[in-house]
Amino acid sequence: MSHPAFRTAAGGRIDRTRPVRFTFDGKSYTGFAGDTLASALLASGVHLMGRSFKYHRPRGPIAAGSEEPNALVGVTGPNGRETPNLRATQVEIYDGLVAVSQNRWPSLAFDANAVNDLFWPLLPSGFYYKTFMGPSVLGATRAWKSIYEPVIRRAAGLGRAPAAPDPDHYASRFVHSDVLVIGAGPAGIAAAMAASAAGAQVILCDEQAELGGSLLADTLSRIDGRPAAQWLDGALASLAGRPNVTLLPRTQAFGYFADNFVALQQRVTDHLASPHTDMPRERLWQVRAREVVIAAGAIERPLVFPDNDRPGIMLADAARTHVARYGVRPGTRAVVFTACDTAYEAALALREAGVDVRLVADLRSDPAGAAADAVRRAGIRVAGATTVTGTRGRLRVSAVRLGSLTAGGEVVPGEEIACDLLLMSGGWTPSVHLHSQSRGKVVWSEDAQAFLPGAHAQRERSAGACRGVFGLAAALADGAAAGRVAAMKAGFTPNGAPSPAVEELAHSWHGVLGACPHHRDPARVKAFVDFQNDVTAKDLELATREGFRSIEHVKRFTTTGMATDQGKTSNVNALAIVSKATAAPVPAVGLTTFRMPYTPVTFGVLAGHNRGELFDPVRTTPIHSWAVEKGAVFEDVGLWKRARYFPRAGEDMHAAVSRECRTARACVGLLDASTLGKIEVVGPDAAELLERMYVNPWRKLQPGRCRYGLLLNEAGYVIDDGVAARVAPDRFHVTTTTGGAPRVLAMMEDYLQTEFPELKVWLTSTTEQWAVIAVQGPRARDVLAPLVEGIDLRCEAFPHMAMREGRICGVPTRLFRVSFTGELGYEVNVPADFGRAVWEAIWSRVLEAGGCAYGTEAMHVLRAEKGYIIVGQETDGTVTPDDLGLGWAIGKAKADFVGKRSLVRPDMLAAGRKQLVGLVTADPATVLEEGAQITRDADPAKGSPALGHVTSSYWSDASGRSIALALVAGGRARIGETLHVPMPGKAVAVTVASPVFLDPKGERLDG
Amino acid sequence: MADVALRRPPQIGLALVADERSVRLEAIDRVSRFAVRGDADAAAIIGRAFGVALPTEPWRAAFDGPLAALWLGPDEWLLLAEGGDPEAISAEVAGAVGGRPCSWVDVSHRNAGFLLSGPDAADVLNSGCPLPLGLAAFPVGRCTRTLFGKAEIVLWRTGETAFRIEVWRSFAAYAAGLIAEAAREHAVPAA
Repeated sequence: MSHPAFRTAAGGRIDRTRPVRFTFDGKSYTGFAGDTLASALLASGVHLMGRSFKYHRPRGPIAAGSEEPNALVGVTGPNGRETPNLRATQVEIYDGLVAVSQNRWPSLAFDANAVNDLFWPLLPSGFYYKTFMGPSVLGATRAWKSIYEPVIRRAAGLGRAPAAPDPDHYASRFVHSDVLVIGAGPAGIAAAMAASAAGAQVILCDEQAELGGSLLADTLSRIDGRPAAQWLDGALASLAGRPNVTLLPRTQAFGYFADNFVALQQRVTDHLASPHTDMPRERLWQVRAREVVIAAGAIERPLVFPDNDRPGIMLADAARTHVARYGVRPGTRAVVFTACDTAYEAALALREAGVDVRLVADLRSDPAGAAADAVRRAGIRVAGATTVTGTRGRLRVSAVRLGSLTAGGEVVPGEEIACDLLLMSGGWTPSVHLHSQSRGKVVWSEDAQAFLPGAHAQRERSAGACRGVFGLAAALADGAAAGRVAAMKAGFTPNGAPSPAVEELAHSWHGVLGACPHHRDPARVKAFVDFQNDVTAKDLELATREGFRSIEHVKRFTTTGMATDQGKTSNVNALAIVSKATAAPVPAVGLTTFRMPYTPVTFGVLAGHNRGELFDPVRTTPIHSWAVEKGAVFEDVGLWKRARYFPRAGEDMHAAVSRECRTARACVGLLDASTLGKIEVVGPDAAELLERMYVNPWRKLQPGRCRYGLLLNEAGYVIDDGVAARVAPDRFHVTTTTGGAPRVLAMMEDYLQTEFPELKVWLTSTTEQWAVIAVQGPRARDVLAPLVEGIDLRCEAFPHMAMREGRICGVPTRLFRVSFTGELGYEVNVPADFGRAVWEAIWSRVLEAGGCAYGTEAMHVLRAEKGYIIVGQETDGTVTPDDLGLGWAIGKAKADFVGKRSLVRPDMLAAGRKQLVGLVTADPATVLEEGAQITRDADPAKGSPALGHVTSSYWSDASGRSIALALVAGGRARIGETLHVPMPGKAVAVTVASPVFLDPKGERLDG
Repeated sequence: MADVALRRPPQIGLALVADERSVRLEAIDRVSRFAVRGDADAAAIIGRAFGVALPTEPWRAAFDGPLAALWLGPDEWLLLAEGGDPEAISAEVAGAVGGRPCSWVDVSHRNAGFLLSGPDAADVLNSGCPLPLGLAAFPVGRCTRTLFGKAEIVLWRTGETAFRIEVWRSFAAYAAGLIAEAAREHAVPAA
């Protein structure tokens, strides 16, 4: 239950009528709807929420938003999904929420690794890198791998990565908007109001559960005569009522890319106790915006003083947020330590909520202004020229030790004040992350003592605190102006609505940078700069003593700013410390690069729908379902599923493939070749285009005849092959390899548009128009004959490498007489919707004839027995037509074709090029490994080059032995020679042979 | 072989969705389709023979009853005819075109056709299509070749809340599956 000492009686934006039960480290707590995990725990008196990364020091939340470095928790969702490293300040509680602390063992209150804190002099900055330099006797690498890394990885770290698959799904949405406004604080809301009033389509996103930013916790200011919160309600209601506005709470703009492309991560259901299973957990918005307004606000800076990291020490504005927004007193007795006026407002808010604010200690000598006056009037003691030199307390701060600053800058130890809450404020750092991600310049402002947005690279502008325009009235006006400009640049005419009247405490937003002065031994105190990575002021000073000057190097050496919070609270303090230590001005030290994501993003939201069955399209042919029914084993060929073989009961792959090969050679086999790429080349210059693209001559090819085409790249190397038929004088049906179809079409289209625009010819992909059924084997003609109409199948009327149009089973067909097996063969092309029916009709005939269906594996064996190449298997991008023994395909009389000039380069004509040959093993049972190297000697001397490699290797049923194809240097001259294939254990002796193992004269082609 | 003449469109499994409040995905079968390439003169002749003029305005679809002509490029159109005999249509057009240089290719079986309709249709498409699909940017009658996830599609807005999708047949199951997945959240009743 909320502790009455820590939960205010009224106020805040929580719903006190809706208690919410949750557990943290197994213990039950109750908060209210609207609480974050951090606010609910604080309301129960719990500040200790985590252990630090390196020293395992007890830590509590210092912030109230996404910049929180300490309070990282693991959350188990309603469906069992575990998410580590969530910021407790952003986790919205729901009934049944299960959260655990991280990086502690055995418990949060007692952590064995806290011993690191005692040995901290042994863990200096650069410690991680220094472990690389291990004892040389072991070998540094071994020491690293076997000793240091496992130990460090275990001891240091964040939460555990979940072991189970992510049970959630993630949505994705592309959207275009006229104006994207990032951040829904006063500036962002004003920008969205102004831009939408002009008629622009506006998206307003904010990382928080509620839109409003600082207005959600502002109990002091009034807008248009009303409390700020009331004005906010009205403004949001107005925006929500505009059809041209999309409001996206819980939505982090995490990446800013080229052309005003911004990625947003929306948390859709993480805050719900029992979300509908059809709702996505998160949604990725990919926004293309004409104009962007960045209203990302500013982040309060911690003060860097000794022991500034105990639970109970938090940023002043975070405490104010907890009081005003969540009705939580973060403590009962508070001390405020500040160098900025805004902390006085926090002091007032806490005092208002009943917290005993004992002192405001101000680093500045003479705190003045409206806020300080109001604090003094409220009876709170204000001490100027005062610093904090240390704190007490183990699991929570119990006392603050003060020191007085003398005029000479010395620190005189002062009183100690007991407290359970210490607020700190070093001033404000504008959030320039997204501006920087957009490639906009970031420039140091002496005046603001901050980095501010400079020159723009894209159509974006910053408004409000993120560009150093602080204060409510100023932010509202700046936001409205930015919204108007954005709308105007997006093509709309903005109106000049007056800015609202604002009553607020006037104050300065300046603070200090770097470490606070103290009188203690700097080597013995820990004043944290980067809380999440446990980097202290001393570590940064050490880095500069070790010679690091650039902040990029200091960052990597000390790891400051490299944690998951990317140094949101620490970067500028670190810069200032390095600046002071090196006596270089801040801009000379430089600024590290802001990279996406602004806050950690789940892999799930990046993957979106692209997982499981939707990871990639699974392309199947019209005959696929038949193969599934027949129990085919499939293989992936690109995105295609192809039947690899059709095992019968009791058959393994070897037996099935042997049977399929045997049947095709003895009788007839049926193969689904639908995946073959197909391009319809049409136009009076169709033959001319092919003439220029392929090595072969095409002009004289008669309609109804086919030719095997070979395609080279400009370098003269084979990149694709396939049979093309001339359908009519102005029409070719070109086939490509399965994997090469899109590439070949794109290449031909490219040449057509850029090199040969004068040609009257057009390309259309017809790969999927046709189902292709290969019927191969001596009985192929008998099988097809009764099904075919209008085509004379007799050999003399329909020779090998011819194509006829007619009908099969009553539907139109382009019937090719081609063979990839060396047998009498046909490829039946029918429109794809008819594919399965025609296949089944042919299949019945095949069954009657005693044939079978075969898969791609048998296809490979059958073609290898004939020495037919497969592009990508016998070729590797360095192989010419002549290397493959395909020099005959080149049209010798042709003036030109793609790659022709390269074929006469000296290297292409040199003796000793690798050539395609067959290999026969001494032991016929030995099947070589594809890819195995080939050498002259059985036991080659180290360093002696291989002569080539095995490209294809199979058991050949037809040969009664193993066969292999290989690329071997000077291979054709070596036929008959014995070479060796060294394998583990022993080398395999092979004899170089012709690549054609079967029917070298091609007598089987006519059946 | 009368049974063979029945076209068997690509199978897309259980992915068709029908939720009257959000989106509905229906397959459109038995469509004759033709890829046309050529110059404006050829296009004009083909349009007269086909029965609907081929648009010359970019991204414009013209239709007349069951016939539609979609502009895909300066010299490229996709013609659609609900039902119809592709061989007969091809023969008629070929007769009209004569020897004029152009390309007419029957791609009736290359594609699968879908109609996606309902108030959330554009949002569902925008889960995988990067184009702006608001009525101002993509009005009724606009068509284009675009991406939907990892598939190329031709998209034609046939009504304020209705889109015709043409996709190569082997990508049809993927496209329908992606639509079904994206549609899940839209069928959830508002809390």
